[in-house]
Parts: sequence; C-alpha cells; structure tokens
Amino acid sequence: MKIMVAVKRVIDYAVKIRVKADKSGVETTNVKMAMNPFCEIALEEALRLREAGHAKEVLVVSMGGPQCADTLRTGLAMGADRAIHVSTTETLYPLAVAKLLCGLAESEKPNMVLLGKQAIDDDANQTGQMVAGLLKWPQGTFASKLSMEKGSSSVTVEREVDGGLESLKLQLPAVITADLRLNQPRYATLPNIMKAKKKPISQVTPEQLGVKISSDLEIVEVVEPAKRKAGVMVASVDELLDKLKNEAHVI
Amino acid sequence: ASTLVIAEHDGGKLKGSSLSAIAAAGGLGESSTVSVLLGGTGPALQQAASHASKAHPSITKVLVADLQKLEHDLAEPWAEVIATATRSDKYSHVVTASTSFGKNVLPRAAALLDVSPLSDVTSIVDERTFVRPIYAGNAMCTVRYVGSGPCMFSIRPTSFAVSNELQREAEAPISPLDISNLNEDIIETSEWLGQQVQESERPELGSARVVVSGGRGLKNKENFKMLEKLADKLGGAVGASRAAVDGGYVPNDMQVGQTGKIVAPELYIAVGISGAIQHLAGMKDSKVIVAINKDPDSAIFQVADYGLVGDLFQAIPELIEKLPEKEKISS
Repeated sequence: MKIMVAVKRVIDYAVKIRVKADKSGVETTNVKMAMNPFCEIALEEALRLREAGHAKEVLVVSMGGPQCADTLRTGLAMGADRAIHVSTTETLYPLAVAKLLCGLAESEKPNMVLLGKQAIDDDANQTGQMVAGLLKWPQGTFASKLSMEKGSSSVTVEREVDGGLESLKLQLPAVITADLRLNQPRYATLPNIMKAKKKPISQVTPEQLGVKISSDLEIVEVVEPAKRKAGVMVASVDELLDKLKNEAHVI
Repeated sequence: ASTLVIAEHDGGKLKGSSLSAIAAAGGLGESSTVSVLLGGTGPALQQAASHASKAHPSITKVLVADLQKLEHDLAEPWAEVIATATRSDKYSHVVTASTSFGKNVLPRAAALLDVSPLSDVTSIVDERTFVRPIYAGNAMCTVRYVGSGPCMFSIRPTSFAVSNELQREAEAPISPLDISNLNEDIIETSEWLGQQVQESERPELGSARVVVSGGRGLKNKENFKMLEKLADKLGGAVGASRAAVDGGYVPNDMQVGQTGKIVAPELYIAVGISGAIQHLAGMKDSKVIVAINKDPDSAIFQVADYGLVGDLFQAIPELIEKLPEKEKISS
C-alpha cells in the first residue's frame, strides 16, 4: 500500500500572530514557520502504518511557494520516503488544494490519503473532505484511531464526534484526516535530518496536474478580534455570585 | 435568498445547533425563504420533520430524505443528498451548523458542487459576505463568496442565538426529497460500525451554555468531580486545559484550546487555569468569563470579566453550596 500525506507550512503554533496594519492578512515575514501540527500527526500515522507493515511507501506532498520545500524536508526527516512539491505562487484555498491533491492522487495512485483535520492558520477544516468528494472515495475525518488487518481492502476508523467516538469501516482507497488524539508525532533525529537531505523532492506545476487555479473567495479584511473589556476582581464567592446574577445575568 | 439548511435531529426534535443555523439562514436578506433538510428513517424522522415544520417563522418548507444510510451521519450519502437537493431546487445558499456532522459533510457536498464553502461563520455582513475566526480566533477574517454556485457555509451555533418565543403559527409543508438517483457505488464505500457516546446528562462541550473548566490547579482526577458538580448545578459542560489533559486528570476530548475544542458559551468558569495562549484561543469568545486562581498574576485574569484570587478547594465547594438549584434548560 502507498500512502500520500499532505502537509502545510503554517506559522508555528507557539507564535503570537500579528494582524497587518493594512488589514490584508496576518504578518508572516520574519515569523517562525513550521509544519501544521495536525499534518505532523497525519504523517506520523502514515509512518506507523508503514512500520507495522501495512504500507510500503509514504509520500509527502505540499503546495505553494519555494519555502514549502522546508516543510517537505521536515517530512522526509521524520521518515517519509519521497516528496512532491506542487509549485505555485497563487493564493490557495482548500478547494484548489483539494483539486491539486486529486490530480496527484490520480497520477500516484495511493491507497490512502492522510491529512490533518485542519490547518491552524485558516482553520477551514475542509481539504480532506473535499479531496474525498472529488475522488469519490470514502472519508474518515477527525480520526483518533486507525486499525487495519494485513492485506485487507478496508480500514476501521475511530472518529471524534460531538459527545463521543464513533467507528466506521471504509473501503480503500480512502481519505483520512487526523485529530489530536491519533498519536504523538516523533521528532526528527539529527541522523535522519542528514539523510533527508539526500531524499528526492520532485516538483510539479498545477498545469502539469491539469488543474487551473481560480478562486471564488475574496478576503475583504483581516482584523484583530474585539478586545475584552478589563474585568473586575471580586473579593468573595458571595460577591461573584451577586455579579453573575445581577450584573452579567448569566445565572 | 433561498436557503437550504441541513439539519440534525435527535429524539424526534431538531438539535439546538440546527435551530441556530435556521436563525442564521432567516437573517440572509429580507425576502429570504428557508427550506430545512432532514435525513434518516422511521418515526424519529417523521417526528423531527413535524417539529421542524413549526420550529421557526422563517421556515417555508421541510424536505425529508428517507434513507437508512443517512441515519448515522455518514458523509458519503449525505454529501450526495445535499448536492442533489441543492441542484434540484437551485438554492442560493446552503447552511449548516459547524458541529462534527456539519464539518464532516458540508465541504464534501461543496466539492461536488465546485464551491468553496466557509466554515465556522460567526456573523453575517450581507448575503455573500461573512466574518469567521482564523488562527483560533486570534484574528477575524471578513470574506466574500464571489462564485457562481450556491453560497455554502457553516455557522458557529454559539454566535446565532435562538429565541424560544419564535415559533411558527402554521406548519410549513413537509415533502419527501427525490433521492432515487444517488450514486450507489459511493454510498457503499462506508459503513457505520458503532459509537461510544459518553453517558452523560451534561450538554456537549461545544454547544453548552455554561462551561466549567479545570487546569493544573485541580491537581488530580478525583478533584475534577468537584467541577462536575458545579457544572451540573449550572446545567453546563466540563472542560479542561491542556495541562490537565497532559496530567492525565481527564480525557483529551475535554480539552478546550487551540488544538482542542473551541467554545464560546454564555458563561465560562476557568478554575485553576493559568491562561496559556493556547487555552485562551479556545475560550476567549465566551460572553462572560470567570477565573478562579490562587496566583493573582495569572494571565487568565487578563481576559476574565470576574476574577477571584483564592484557593479553589474552598471557593468551588462554597460556589456549589450557594448556587440555586438550576431548572432544566432544554437544548
């Protein structure tokens, strides 16, 4: 089995973001970037499936400008076998990413596409579902556990849903998106980082994949959220209850 | 606007989150009509349809997709059904709540219709312009849909209040949706095996009106029972900070924060939580925030409306004791 993992380069989760003064977006120049945490979990799961003998090859893909190669290199250092960089400078929304992934899936023919459930920048939570729809494959989103029998043509997915967990059986090929509980991603070790420098990253363009990038969305503005008004300190539980009841009217 | 709302039902009634989606749809321009789509089978579906037909004044039609496979919220048949319904009646908008169901099915349906959907809308500017949080709420993005297809979005239920007084006088007509032409091959690729739903009388964390969360200050698993008591008294849900989850006090699915659940209840009580950015990102849109912590310099006090510096092991039992018994709030 071959697994394709899509990874996205985002602002590091520990960085406090800054909205640009012209309201056009969020400042990314001179800001620490990293692989989206949910993508790391997706890649980790693919590597574990390979280590358990279910998969032969883990292919890591990303799309965007030249710096995407850094994220792919991180993926290779974690253990992916090879990487594909879809090179474009266009703004990519989830639908375009899904179409590019669909194009890659058609040429690479993976048995599973693994992604993070969402990226921590746009928080869209859409790409996996859209790829699955376009490919006409079943989807297991928000996965917290995957199980497979050797040589089986299906995968069992435990998913996090509101108020609990549910299990689905999906025929392969399938699209899976990783939730936080799926695993704890490994760190790339120094020898693996060195080795990753020799692993191949091939480049393709959207045109080569037969995808025309267009967008039906327009960003009007990005602003900081409304600041909370400074609160008050209360001296006792009685005062707190009084405020909640008579001032905030929430109890 | 003519809007199709994809609704969820439970126990023969529409879910509260779906009522929020209907309320949002009703606000899309003056002469807006709202059709509600329900799926499933059997008496539960019929009851839910009947409930929906008089649930909100803006509902003009209830569509029923009677199909066993829709009962368990599987995305494959649901996306087919949504795309079929949208195409046949040429809706200008398709709306759902951003519950785990809505998040799962809407993007798939949108891809089938070649539309970029918008997730987690918190306010509607005009028929095609919406505000949604990005970077876990650390920035707000106003975005416009300029495509030629239907405008599809999910709403954050906590941002669209549902008034109980708003009820239809007459019942909206209920009609079956023609689902005879669904792609059977795709529908057969997934199978629902079962679920483990937490047996709890408490509301779901994501849609609860009140959330009581605990952090490292709770010290252990046993002490979280205290927060459960407080939550029960307030008709609320229990959440936790990442520190509490990492400490093994509670399971991961209770984590509120950037990488856990994003909540925006009317009342959020943070107990023994220091207020790491990661956590604040998940709860700072709550209407009223209360923080109880022994360290007066905790970051949580900077976002709290009411702060109480003190020992939580004294304050929480006192709160539980002094709070009036809560009448049951139906969700």
